[in-house]
Amino acid sequence: MRPDLRVVAGMIPEGSRVLDLGCGAGDLLVELIANRGCRGQGVEVSTEAFHACVARGIPVVQADIDEGLPDFEDGAFDVVVLSQTLQATRRPVPVLREMMRVGRVGIVSFPNFGHWRVRFDLGVRGRMPVSATLPYRWSETPNIHLCTIRDFEELAATEGLRVAERALLAPDGRAAAARVARRPNLLAAGAAYLLTRD
Amino acid sequence: MGASIGRVETESAVLFGPDGPLLLDSGALLAPVEVAYETYGTLDADRSNAVVICHALTGDAHAAGYHDGADRPGWWDTIIGPGRPLDTDRFFVVCSNLLGGCRGTTGPSSIDPATGVPYGLRFPLFTVSDLVKVHRALMAHLGITRPLAAVGGSLGGMQVLQWALDAPGELGAAVVVCASSRLSAQNIAFSAVAREAIMGDPDFRGGDYAQAGVRPDRGLSTARMLAHITYLSEESMRDKFGRRLQDRDTPRFGFDVDFQVESYLRHQGESFLRRFDANSYLYLTRVMDYFDAFADPVAVARALDGTSTRFLVVSFDSDWRFDTAHSREIVRTLAAHGAPVTFREVSSPYGHDSFLLDIPDYHRTVGAFLERARRSAAAAA
Repeated sequence: MRPDLRVVAGMIPEGSRVLDLGCGAGDLLVELIANRGCRGQGVEVSTEAFHACVARGIPVVQADIDEGLPDFEDGAFDVVVLSQTLQATRRPVPVLREMMRVGRVGIVSFPNFGHWRVRFDLGVRGRMPVSATLPYRWSETPNIHLCTIRDFEELAATEGLRVAERALLAPDGRAAAARVARRPNLLAAGAAYLLTRD
Repeated sequence: MGASIGRVETESAVLFGPDGPLLLDSGALLAPVEVAYETYGTLDADRSNAVVICHALTGDAHAAGYHDGADRPGWWDTIIGPGRPLDTDRFFVVCSNLLGGCRGTTGPSSIDPATGVPYGLRFPLFTVSDLVKVHRALMAHLGITRPLAAVGGSLGGMQVLQWALDAPGELGAAVVVCASSRLSAQNIAFSAVAREAIMGDPDFRGGDYAQAGVRPDRGLSTARMLAHITYLSEESMRDKFGRRLQDRDTPRFGFDVDFQVESYLRHQGESFLRRFDANSYLYLTRVMDYFDAFADPVAVARALDGTSTRFLVVSFDSDWRFDTAHSREIVRTLAAHGAPVTFREVSSPYGHDSFLLDIPDYHRTVGAFLERARRSAAAAA
């Protein structure tokens, strides 16, 4: 499992009902179901990834989360995960609202566009960054709504969301070293948030 | 893809004798209940590989392979057979004719032992739950206590859904294709017009047409023509017929069949008469009208909360008889109760009939889901 998914999994209590939005081939849900006693449900738009989930026995709904989550009732899940997906949505704010509608708590992780490497690529080299956390060339990237840690926290506050927990990520996706917390927006390559409604 | 199962025969069982009659939801008792069924593949020693096929409104027990001398296979041959999604090298596939039907299972055209004449409209009304009771009795008869899966399209999907509600956890997997948890007013309206056509036929004789030696053929074929329109999409009808005339270049300017689509519908209506009974059509459409799977929220919660049955729900984007909204309603309720549910809308130009056709993208999903169900069951054993 990707190291950043391990960080996300660590935020989820055992036995939770979990909805993973943009679950891909179901890596996180496999871990949660097999080892953490969770009941998991995925949503995935790609047909290939959908079938990968089916083959692994992961319950999955094929849908585009940009069109809302009509298949799920208010508060149907304990935890809703939006892992490395928010930046690829067309309308991040409605997606966040839908996430918090169907879940008691939400977990959001994303690459930090304020990271010093990104700033270096843009500010000094004058190029769109390509890195471990932003691995696509500008013309190929699915990421259309990139944000920084500062931007996201501001949005969360505006949306009435409280940060219950924050994990800063290193470029390899693992939890970042303690010193990163001194200047997270500059030093963290990404972040994962556990959010609750105020 | 895959091969045909080859030659098959329909078998028969008497499941509810006079000393153990079938108690219907209406309170009526029915005995005997004879059931026609077919099986394909081999039942494992531990009886864990049974897949039950529930057929749609006008289907029958002959789902796959060829009857002796027939040149057309069973109605779901595209999906059942060695190497096909319902792989008969792995699964033991069972399909029975529905209660109330006319193809070997007790229904309104059967002889009522109390009177010695066909039941006709004296046959008791029944529900989708009653259809499920008969399926479960057939399973018991075959020594199968826990089917690996039940699979069905349209009315077949409704039976699968009801089975999962009536016997929580009994099915390992439930595959519900282009079905509905309850019909819309428009759906019921189509059924109502079909029944009007049948009952308004002068040869209907209050349902006792058999004793009179006549049949309401005009009404039944009209009902079928109407229903058939709802099974196709506008796109598929345009591609198949357009506004082309039958065998000529200029219109005849009369009321006889002139357009190709008219000729096609007439053919569908007439060939239906060879295999279906008007009273069965009345009863089975009525079963669908009254179906309301999630009507009792307490019972639904009891059945679905913590269920071990894995659900697959599939719809088709061109199906307007039971469009994707019907399937999404099922998904929403299942998910609300934490039932493991997999859902997708498959793209197909062929409308409601898509579930009967060889659509690789759809077969891939059903095949992958059932194969996973088989592996999970084997790992748990």
